[in-house]
Amino acid sequence: MEKFKTIQSTFVPLPIENVDTDQIIPARFLKATTREGFGDNLFADWRYDKEGNPKKDFVLNDPTYKGEVLVAGKNFGSGSSREHAAWAIGGYGFKAVVSSFFADIFRNNALNNGILPVVVSEEFLSGLFASVKNNPDSKVTVNLEKQTITNNETGESETFEINAYKKECLLQGLDDIDFLLSNKDKIEAFEKQRVYSY
Amino acid sequence: MKTLFDKIWDAHVVTTVNDGPTQLYIDRHLCHEVTSPQAFSGLRARGLEVFRPERTTLTADHNIPTMGQDSPIRDAISRFQVDTLAKNARDFGLTYYGLNNPKNGIVHVIGPENGYTQPGMTIVCGDSHTSTHGAFGAIAFGIGTSEVEMVLASQCILQTRPKTMRINFEGKLGKNVSSKDMALYMISKLTTGGATGYFVEYAGEAVRGLTMEQRMTLCNLSIEMGARGGLIAPDETTFNYIKGREFAPKGDRWDEALAYWQTLKSDEGAVFDKEITFDATRIRPMITYGTNPGMGMPIDGTIPTLDDIDQAGKISFERSLNYMGLTPGQKLEGKSIDYVFLGSCTNGRIEDFRVFTEYVKGKKKADNVTAWLVPGSWRVRKQIEDEGLDKILEEAGFQLRQPGCSACLAMNEDKIPAGKYAVSTSNRNFEGRQGPGARTILAGPLVAAAAAVNGKITEP
Ligand code: SF4
Repeated sequence: MEKFKTIQSTFVPLPIENVDTDQIIPARFLKATTREGFGDNLFADWRYDKEGNPKKDFVLNDPTYKGEVLVAGKNFGSGSSREHAAWAIGGYGFKAVVSSFFADIFRNNALNNGILPVVVSEEFLSGLFASVKNNPDSKVTVNLEKQTITNNETGESETFEINAYKKECLLQGLDDIDFLLSNKDKIEAFEKQRVYSY
Repeated sequence: MKTLFDKIWDAHVVTTVNDGPTQLYIDRHLCHEVTSPQAFSGLRARGLEVFRPERTTLTADHNIPTMGQDSPIRDAISRFQVDTLAKNARDFGLTYYGLNNPKNGIVHVIGPENGYTQPGMTIVCGDSHTSTHGAFGAIAFGIGTSEVEMVLASQCILQTRPKTMRINFEGKLGKNVSSKDMALYMISKLTTGGATGYFVEYAGEAVRGLTMEQRMTLCNLSIEMGARGGLIAPDETTFNYIKGREFAPKGDRWDEALAYWQTLKSDEGAVFDKEITFDATRIRPMITYGTNPGMGMPIDGTIPTLDDIDQAGKISFERSLNYMGLTPGQKLEGKSIDYVFLGSCTNGRIEDFRVFTEYVKGKKKADNVTAWLVPGSWRVRKQIEDEGLDKILEEAGFQLRQPGCSACLAMNEDKIPAGKYAVSTSNRNFEGRQGPGARTILAGPLVAAAAAVNGKITEP
């Protein structure tokens, strides 16, 4: 995994609530056996028409909006546990997703792929949508070290939560498997002393 | 004073990372073709073996046809994905129930019916509806592919301890009301994000009165209100269901297990982070009208009007109704429909087929309806045949398919065409979930049966 560095970037607004993982990457794209290539089908049904041509009115097809950050409405990533959703978002080039609320599994999946889910207040979120509406070149700064997010357009700033372990993993570019494997003796000890063994 | 959740969780803690997540031991890992290939590639890339191969079971279910399973899968990419699962099973020495194996079926159906699922366990699978297994008093939840790799490599996973919630259903359920209706009712009240961050315990008279099949349906849908999972304290109903199943403990081991399982309940006075009570007697047969499972109403209800929706939610609400081809304030009772899907890990068990068959017995399928009846497993299908339900279904104009996830996620050929209305017993009515442009109305098996026979939404 790459180390997570401070992002200062324009952002792509998606002011829709309850965006579920079936929208992020529809099931028919889940037939692959590798992690690559999902970015092309990110939001496929919103992005392309039946013939596969880009739909003009969808934000990813609008050259006005670009950047490494996706800013989405409340309750992002609900539904299916497919990690393909995180691969699609990462594959497309997003490094962070900002919303006022994330579904649990999506949040884990994103973190496991080096993508930072940033939870902000409803006010901050509407502030971002308002800024980008006025000026599509509005930028946002995400500083993981300090756990702050700034709307560069207004200067407004907020801190966000992330557990210390996950933060360290992202900053160092480490993953959980390395950690778990280093704990094998503890696992074996657990198996021997547990209350009831299945 | 501990909750049931606390008891099981605490019994599986290997260690806790400073200021971070818990390393949790996993008793049972279920795996299918769609969310596992990248995890196995990960193992290979790291040169690892599966740490505890006896704790992982594989089945093919998501991406398989539900007709003609004895011939090779037509779609080459799907075939490759299923073959990859078989190869991974061979290479890593894992038990695999492939197509036509009598133990094959939807992962959340075969776990319980083979006795893999037991009270007090931690159970994971790369599928969000793993919450189904919580019906047995287990901590069961869906995981992503990176986590599948963690479990394969170490039999452990890193998890932040969720908060606990208890949802009580007081009183008895009315006639024609199932646990699917309880779930859709609950989600419509709590919304799809209402239980995010929580693990839910279901309790109360109406829950105790449910069969195991019905409990599984309720726990299955926990994820649709954002919960990590849902569970129900095990009792005689649970023990009777498990006893004698292939992988259930036998002899002395059974007595030992039972003694332990009987301790698995929330202590009197245990405190939950949140507690909610519903009056079960008020629940009516439910349907959904929108594009998330929280957009539900009683079958004779009316869709909310724009005035009922708060400002921030208006765009999504209008978008959703637009997709569904419905209007605010509309009634759905009497609305003509095109498809009926009976199946999935929510309602693809023998009881669901009994309920459906009982209703359609002596009646005829409506001409305007295409019905897909997909058993959750080969065992369910066999039971349907053993009980002669297939004959009754056939006489009523229905045909039974072969098991799999089918139109629940429409990865195979079972796709509802764009613009068509489907009454589905599955769990998600998301845009495009049952096929691009498909319009899903979620309901229980009885409402689905009434729709199939009458060609429209009718009170059963
Ligand atoms: S039936 Fe649907 S929800 Fe259940 S495991 Fe299959 S795809 Fe997932």
